[in-house]
Formats: sequence, structure tokens, C-alpha cells
Amino acid sequence: MKKILVLLAITVSSTILFAQSEKYMKAMQSNIAMLDSGYIKGNMAELSNNFERIADAEKTQWLPYYYASYCAVGNAFAEPDKSKTDGIADRAEQLIKKAETINGKENSEICVIKSMIASSHMMVDPQARWQQYGEASASNIAKAKSMDPANPRPVYLEGQSKFYTPESFGGGKAPAKELFIKALTMFDTFKPETSLHPNWGKSTTAYFLAQCN
Amino acid sequence: MRELYLLIFYILFSFSSSAQSVISGKTKDAKGRPVPGVSITIKDSYDGGTSDSIGTYTFKTTELGDKIIVASSIGYYTFEQKITLKDAPLNLDIPLKEEPNELKAVVITAGTFEASDSKRTTVLNPIDIVTTASANADVTSAIRTLPGAQQVGESEGLFVRGGTANETKVFIDGTLVNNFFFSSVPDIAQRGRFSPFLFKGTVFSSGGYSAQYGQALSSVLLLESIDLPERTSANLGISTVGVSAGYQRLAKDKNSSWGFSYNYTNLLPYFKVVKQKPDYFHVPEFHNTDFNYRVKTSKTGMLKFYGYMNASNLGLRRSDIDSSVLKNAFGLKNVNLYGNLSWREKLGKHWKMNLGLSYSTNTDKINNQLQDQANSKQTFINYPFSQKNFDIKANADLAVMKAVFERRLKGLSMFRIGGEYFYNKDKSDFSSDSVYQVNSHSSDNLKAAFTEVDIYVTNDLAAKIGTRVEHSSLLDKPNIVPRISLAYKVGEVGQASLAYGIFYQKPDNSYFIRTYRFNELQYTRATHYIANFQKVTREYTLRAELFYKKYHNLIKTIPSNNGIDSLNNAGYGDAKGFELFWRDRKTFKNVDYWVSYSYLDTKRDYLNYPMAMQPNFATHHTASLVVKKFVTKLKTQFNGSYTFATGRPYYNIGYNAPAKSYKIFDEGTTINYNSLSFSVNYLPNIGKTGASRFTVFVFSINNVLGSRQVFGYNYSYNGMNKEAVTPPATRFFFLGCFISFGIDRSDDVINSNL
Repeated sequence: MKKILVLLAITVSSTILFAQSEKYMKAMQSNIAMLDSGYIKGNMAELSNNFERIADAEKTQWLPYYYASYCAVGNAFAEPDKSKTDGIADRAEQLIKKAETINGKENSEICVIKSMIASSHMMVDPQARWQQYGEASASNIAKAKSMDPANPRPVYLEGQSKFYTPESFGGGKAPAKELFIKALTMFDTFKPETSLHPNWGKSTTAYFLAQCN
Repeated sequence: MRELYLLIFYILFSFSSSAQSVISGKTKDAKGRPVPGVSITIKDSYDGGTSDSIGTYTFKTTELGDKIIVASSIGYYTFEQKITLKDAPLNLDIPLKEEPNELKAVVITAGTFEASDSKRTTVLNPIDIVTTASANADVTSAIRTLPGAQQVGESEGLFVRGGTANETKVFIDGTLVNNFFFSSVPDIAQRGRFSPFLFKGTVFSSGGYSAQYGQALSSVLLLESIDLPERTSANLGISTVGVSAGYQRLAKDKNSSWGFSYNYTNLLPYFKVVKQKPDYFHVPEFHNTDFNYRVKTSKTGMLKFYGYMNASNLGLRRSDIDSSVLKNAFGLKNVNLYGNLSWREKLGKHWKMNLGLSYSTNTDKINNQLQDQANSKQTFINYPFSQKNFDIKANADLAVMKAVFERRLKGLSMFRIGGEYFYNKDKSDFSSDSVYQVNSHSSDNLKAAFTEVDIYVTNDLAAKIGTRVEHSSLLDKPNIVPRISLAYKVGEVGQASLAYGIFYQKPDNSYFIRTYRFNELQYTRATHYIANFQKVTREYTLRAELFYKKYHNLIKTIPSNNGIDSLNNAGYGDAKGFELFWRDRKTFKNVDYWVSYSYLDTKRDYLNYPMAMQPNFATHHTASLVVKKFVTKLKTQFNGSYTFATGRPYYNIGYNAPAKSYKIFDEGTTINYNSLSFSVNYLPNIGKTGASRFTVFVFSINNVLGSRQVFGYNYSYNGMNKEAVTPPATRFFFLGCFISFGIDRSDDVINSNL
């Protein structure tokens, strides 16, 4: 009888754990699957909320906060009313800080998001904000590269930044194209740690590359 | 045993099949409007939804029992409510209260133009100051393209809304600056001493300003110095007027920085090429050095020191107005030292402290001579020639201490209390052919205390109420004044503001060091009433302002046969008008322009005016157009500006001996003022990331069209001869090249479409 009780206890607790992590996996996977369509549908804010909900409930996972921040900064870029951009970007900043706190340190993917947040602040008033945010965006790309040289996302972001910089300022399609090609080859070999780890950017890189031709 | 298996089965089953209920409702703000994008969550669960564009939300949940529902959205207080979930649909409407938000909240703007790098949308950027065509990188010249300031070409300073230049005071990091401009030269306006690149924020208030500032009847110009630089850099400059070099070092830990610069200005080569009307026997020559040290004293604290030294020398000769053969030679040597120490720090959770300390000492040595055609000194004993050979050594010292403590109240509301102490000492040694030597001096201890509260009733309604008390030891009188302003938000981007205040200013120091009698002098006083409406977005700005200003106790001079006998406070006056400002960054691609217009109706009876009349520094209509366009392909920014002002009155006022009073012997109005200016900034290295060198070429011309400009008239002693006061040269040209090493300065001018 005692043995059976122990067995029962183990079965029940592992089932709960299994169910819990399965629930987490499922929720994350279904939301991650919506990321690419999120930009098109314009529901990045909603996705950000979904991830934040998972993050707040889990409390020990950095990835849901990471995705919540990624979606928030995507929303900041998509927001047509520039007077709202700063508020959304500040929200993304809070979320990525939570991810960093839970993870215990910065990592390459977190730096990618930080670079995007800085760029979104800059887009509000590039002339006046270039000095502060342009610098922050570029230095986070550099950090992301050095922390994980195999990560294709900082290369893709660098290409995007070149793409939007006028030719006479050293940007343009030609230098952007090189970076997009490099990023694409890196995407081909890039293996995320788990199926939940960041693996976005390949399709947008391909899209930008097509624009360069 | 079987029961046990059943139990296990039951437990496992219970995880996979649960009851589901649907929660739905609407999100509403305080005015009942839908709030889109609100995240609604059952606390500590994955279940939740986001409100759509019409504020409705709906989601399913498997949770049961007592739970907390949380709703949050940017800009609103988080909403929490306990709910009990049964296996049934639940309808819950969510009321949200707007959070106070500095970026969204109404801002008191009556009388105020701000150029800053804050996230709030402001009318101007710091870069606007340095890229205004007519300004030649002079802060106050750029301010002159805004409504409120007059175009006074013969004298430095800002003449605001019928006020004299003395009625505008300049503050750096909160403390008053004496001698902000280079020392006066008769009939030639001087520039400000300080480079606009030192400042990250500029606030120009043409009236109704905070109780934190006093001793300015009309206007204040508030300059905020930059904090730590972005990088270590060195820079070199060469231009048609001189050379400059500087170095700025940022510590590795990015917690402190120091730097210095040196500027040498010599107009000799320029005057050789561009002929000047006066005959310069000493071409203007300036040595400028400055030093700065800035350190973060904590996470929230910053200590800044700025030190400045200038030595200059110039001399010019013009024909003497009282004779056809003599000349008048004016020589000026100036030494100016200025130091400013400021410290801001957070004290505990709620308090903020701002301390400022500044000291300046300025010495002008003026030598004036009557000369013959061979430029040798001539001495006559008869009036007025007996007055024309003289020496003055004038010395002005000012020490200022200021402390402001600020406490955050509920929401954005704020309470401020502080004090100021000014000590000034002015000395003048005068000697002439007729007067052996007169040494006079004057000093004053002025103490001030102020308190102020910013009340945000909601994000849409704010009030600033303050009071200020001052006491001058020289006048031995206190004064106490109220300052009130209100702002109300009208729609998303519009707002209306009102301001009222009383402003005191002691008579200018120079009166106290002359040999007049000045019994029972009092503070001069002005009362401001301002109504303002503005709409600001990133694309355009529209501003309209109405004002009325009443002057009391202005200084009057009492004449005698020998000139001025005494002073009193019997003067008065008023000024009223309206101003418009329109800025548009959208209509024309890559073109940013602004238009400003001022209407001013002012009269005053002061100094030697025989009655209340329009002063010679004020005109009815002033308008400016400023255009900026960056051409990416050429890496060049083109700036143009055009200013028009109607003519100003001029008077020949003299002593009417029989009536023992002043009389106007001649008067008139000058021709209209027109000035078209143009400047080009070429940035060959722009956008090259990682470039170690950054170069800017600047070329500018003021008064491109060569329009004739007359600022007024000088009269001979007997009134028979009248000469127009005109600029020393029709046009001003500037060509310069500035190289910065190790820092990309493209940010200063980069195009907004990048």
C-alpha cells in the first residue's frame, strides 16, 4: 500500500508538471506561430499581451517576456501616430528588462531587441534623436554580434538599417543586399536552442533582399 | 486497488477536460469612450484578451472560482477586480482611468517658446538655433526670428514686446548671467558670448514666466547646458573671422568628462576684403578660452562646472557729428571672466534639488578721443567738444547663489521652493578734459525667495501658481508678487493657456554709478496678461498669442542746464499686441519652414521722453520667414530667412531751457527694414559610420540683396546735422570649415528623412 501511495504521488506530481510544461509549450508555440502573420494583421499588440500573460503566470521564463517585448517593439514600428511610439517603445523596454532579469544576464537576442527599441525611438524624430538612439541601436547590434557570431538577426537588422539610409550617407540597396545575403546563409545554418527560442527574421530578410534587386 | 486506479484516472482526466466560460465586455475611459488595445487577464493564468478598436473584448477561460481580473493599457491606471467564475458566460465592462503623463499632459505655454531634446513635442529643436540662416550661430539672433522680439540692429540684446534690452535677462542653468553679450560698441550690435553648442535646451519666454525668475520686466532667456558628451573628441575650426580648437574627454566609465577650447577671432583679413564704413584703427580681436568639467555624482546627480575667459580689443573712428573736419575715435578693451557651478540631485524618493553658483567679472576700458584729419588728438574747451575726450574704466562683478527644492506631489503635480542671493558691485572711473577724475561705485545685496506649485487637475487642466519675494539692500525695499498661469487642453493637440504676473526690476546698475541724485528710487514694475492658443504636432505648429503689458515706475530723468540733474520713478507705459507663429514640416517634401508675425502697439514715458510715445526701439509690424532644406544627394543643408519690419520712430530730444523740460526738436520714422539671409552647410562625411573625422563647411551671407537698413538717426549738438545709423557694412559674409575628430557631428544637421 505504501509503495502504491508513493507511486501515486509521483504519478500525480509528474503529471501536473508535465501538463504544466505542456500547457506552456503549447501556448508559446501557438503564439510564436502567429508572429509572422502578426505584422500583416496588425495585431502585434494583442500578441504582446498574450506573451506577457504567459510570462506573468510563469514568472521564471525569460522567453515569453522576450517575445512580449519583440511584439511590442514591432507594434511601435507599425504605429502610424508618432506621438504614441515612445510610449509603446518604453513598454517594450520594460518587458525586455524583465526578460533580462529572469535570464540573469544580457544575451545576443536581448541585444537585438534593445537595438530595435532604440531604432523605434529614433524614427520619431531622426534629426534630433540620431545622436542618442542611433548610437544605442548600432552599439546593441555590435554587442549582439559579439555575443553570438552565429546569430543572423543582428546582421539582418544591420542590413535593414543600411537599406533605409540614403546612398549618399553610405547606405542604400547595394551594401544592404550584401548583408541580407549574408544573413540568409546564416539563417540556413542557424539552430535555435529549443523550438521556443527566437528563430524569426528569415522571411523578412528574404523580403528585403527581393526589394534590393 | 481498483478504486485507486479510478482515482488516478480521474485525476489525469481532470487536467484534460475542464469547464469553459466566456468573458466579454467593453473598455471605457472616464468620458465613456472606448479604449482599444487594453490587455485583460485573469491573474496568474494564460487566459485573457485584448480589446479591439471599438473597445470590446472577449475570451474563453477554463479557470473557476474566485479570481482577479486585471486590465492594463499604456497611459491608464491598471484596473483590478475580483470575480467569481462559474461555468457560465460573464459580462464585465472595464472602466479605465487615465494616468498622468508628462508627454500627453497639457503644458503651460503662454509666453513660452521651448527648444529642447525632450520627448515632448516642442516648437523648436536645439539644432534649429544653429541652422537659422540669419543667426550665424548666435542664440539671440535665432530667437529674433520668433514672434515677440524686435529687429534692433544698432544694439545687442532682446527687445521684447515694447521692452528695452535691459528688461530681458539671460540665465544659464538657472543662474543669472551678467554681460551675456560682448561689450557694447556705439551703433553696432554685438553677439552673445556663448556658443550655442554649449546648450541642449533653450526656453525663450516673452512674458508671464515662473516665480523662479525675477529682476526682468519683460522677458527671460533660459539656457540649459549639455551634460556628458557622447564621446571623446577634438575639433578644429578655421573661418573668415578666426581659428578655434577644442578637446573634450569622456572618461572610460562614462561618469565624467572634461574639456577646453580656445577661439581666436581677428577681423583684419575680413575687413581688408569687405570694406567697413567705420575706420578701424584696431580691428576687433578676441581671445576666448573656456573649460568644463561634468561629473555624475550618483545615479541621479550631476555636477557641472563651466569657466570662461575673454579678452578683446577694438578701436574705430567715425567722422564727428558736430564738426565737418574732426573725427571721433572710440577704443574698447574688455576682459570678462565667468564661472558657473551647478549641481542637481535627487533627495530621497520625492525631493529634487538644484543648486547653482555663478560669478562673473567684467572690465571695460573705454578711450574716446576727438581727432583731426591726421588722427591726432584735439582738445577744445567749448561744449560739446570739451565732452569728447574721455576715459572710462568700468567694472562689474556679480555673484549669484540659487537653490531650488522640488517635491513631486500626486500625479504630475509639483511643489517648488527656493531662494536666490545676488551680490553685485559696479565701479566706474571716469576722467575727461573737463573732469579730472570721478570714481564712483555701487553695490547691492539682493535676496529673493519663491514658492510655486504646479497643479495637474487632470492631464487636460493644469495651473502654475507662485509667489516671489525680493529685497534689495540698495533700494532698501521689499517687493512681493503673484504669478499665475493656466493651461487647458482642447482636443488631441490643441491647448489654450493664460498667464498673469507682476514683475519687478531694480533700476539698471549704471544709474547708481553716475553722479545723479537718485533719491528714493524704487523698483520698476510691469504687469503681464497673456492669452495663448497653440496646436502642436510633429508635422506642424500653430500658435497665436495676445498680450497686454502695463509698465509702472519707469525711470525718468530730470534735466538741468548741465545735463541730467536727478532720477525718479515717474515713468509709465504699456504694450499690447498679438503674435502668430506657423511651422510646417510636411507640406513641402524635405522642407521645413516657419513664419512668425508680431503686431505691437506700445507707448511709454521714460528717461527724457517729454510724454508717453512709441519708443525708438519698437515698431508695429515684424515678420520673419525661416526655411530649411536638406538635399541628401548633395549632403548639403540650405537655409534661408527673410525678415521684414516696418520703420521705427526716431527723435531728437533736447533740453528746452526756458521751460526747463525736454522737448522734441525733430522726429520721424525710419524706412522699413528688410533682410534676406542665406546659408549653406556642406557635410562631406555625413552618414559614414565609423568615420573618425567629421567636417562641416559653412557659408553664409546676411542681407543678400543689399537692402538699405537704417536703424535710427544721430543728431549733432545743435540739431542741424542728422546722420543715419546704418550697419558697418551692407552685407556680412562668413565662410568656415569645422573638423571634428573621433565624433560624428552629423547628428547636428542630419536630415529628418533619414
